[in-house]
Amino acid sequence: MKKPNCTAEHAQYLRKRKRKLVVVWILRIGLLALVLGIWEAVTALGWADPFLTSSPSRIFTTLKGLYDDGSLFYHIGITLAETLVGFLIAVVLGCTVALALWWSDTLRRVLEPYIVVLNALPKIALGPLIIIWFGTGSEAIVFMTVLVGLIVAIMHMLTAFIATDTNKILLLRSMGASKMQILRKLVLPSSLSSFISMLKVNVGMAWIGSIMGEYIVSRAGLGYLIVYGGQVFKLDLVMSATVVLCLLAAGMYFLVVLLEKILVKNAES
Amino acid sequence: MNEEILRFTDVMLIYHTKRGETVAAEHLTFSVQKGEFVAIIGPSGCGKTTLLSLAAGLLKPSEGVVESKGSFGYMLQKDELFPWRTIEKNIFLPLEIKKQNTAEHRERARALAEKYGLKDFLLDYPSQLSGGMRQRAALIRTLATDPDILLLDEPFSALDYQTRLNVTEDVAQIIRSEKKTALLITHDISEAISLADRVLVLTKRPAHVAYAHEMDFGDVKNPLKRRERPQFSGWFELLWRELNE
Repeated sequence: MKKPNCTAEHAQYLRKRKRKLVVVWILRIGLLALVLGIWEAVTALGWADPFLTSSPSRIFTTLKGLYDDGSLFYHIGITLAETLVGFLIAVVLGCTVALALWWSDTLRRVLEPYIVVLNALPKIALGPLIIIWFGTGSEAIVFMTVLVGLIVAIMHMLTAFIATDTNKILLLRSMGASKMQILRKLVLPSSLSSFISMLKVNVGMAWIGSIMGEYIVSRAGLGYLIVYGGQVFKLDLVMSATVVLCLLAAGMYFLVVLLEKILVKNAES
Repeated sequence: MNEEILRFTDVMLIYHTKRGETVAAEHLTFSVQKGEFVAIIGPSGCGKTTLLSLAAGLLKPSEGVVESKGSFGYMLQKDELFPWRTIEKNIFLPLEIKKQNTAEHRERARALAEKYGLKDFLLDYPSQLSGGMRQRAALIRTLATDPDILLLDEPFSALDYQTRLNVTEDVAQIIRSEKKTALLITHDISEAISLADRVLVLTKRPAHVAYAHEMDFGDVKNPLKRRERPQFSGWFELLWRELNE
């Protein structure tokens, strides 16, 4: 697009848009400040027991304490590593399996009922098995993370591959394209936006998997801090770990959005 | 000129589905001469698209023979340009598929695009072009590998009326000046009359050729000019009647 000559009306339109954006951001931050403020005030005035509800200042103090004794980044590092490794394995394996199922119609029809059942199964039911098979280390947690994300990744990508425009396939076939060429020139590129949305869904899935895994077995990590905090009734610790989790999950999601901006320059018309 | 480039002899095609089988075509016989523009019209659901798939060798006939001399280019109802490729990359697509992606072939395709008014759009994406321009790009993509026969599957039906007249004009002129053989499938009688040298009328399923007419417009090849000719409405009435038999 060439830059149009900016009329006064257009300039006003742009100013209006910008003003609206500023207002939205002010309200967003204001809302957060309001909630934190009320929370703090309610506990400071003694209307609520901070032993049960914790408070922003106590969360801050707890985080500072964890930071000072060096355990904050230790726990973050462990959970983050488990989540990322599990996420990557689930995505890579999921895409590979989905490709195989797209390639072979027979294989897909054979495996379909199993995938549907595995998708419906609550993965936490496998907890005891995982402990016995993988012990109580990070392997068990990574396995749980993969388990939660894998089936979602397979189903999401398979749906995208199968939804490839049949007319475009016909066009390529009329040019004499092989199945491999159809895959490379058409199926993969047209599934790009589905791939991104699968990544977004799987960011959430990976955190569910790793925290769930840490609930079942672990001696470190944010999930461990939450469970431990609950058991010894240190709600400051529970809240602090939850806040850190929020920040990490949001950060990972925005990384995917960033990836989307880089990859999807010319989306569907 | 009188050289057969495509021939259907007594072709039968059966479609199999879970619910049973359908005979899509039976005793289907016709041929296309080199350099000829043939239009095939038929009642809806008579398997017109099937016929092009047979011609292109994407389907094998259950009985009978489909013979062709030369290579095909297929053009569909919608332009089917890939939105993630620039116009230029779209036009090079068949070269990549056929492993002819050499500098020489690319240059030829690019020259063709420039000759027919796509010069300024080569680096644009399809979404930036109008419907008519996109269909023109689709035609150039079809021509990129220099096919001997063009198979046109209702290539104008997705366009609005005004654009359709212009694009028809466009495509007719490009096909004539590149001296290509073309087989057009359409349900639009006036489109068939205004474009073709010969019009074939198919019957309902199982389809075969019921009537064949040489269009007597002499040297008038231009679709819009043909529409102004006195015999145009005569042909329209005749074909309309034959279609509804």
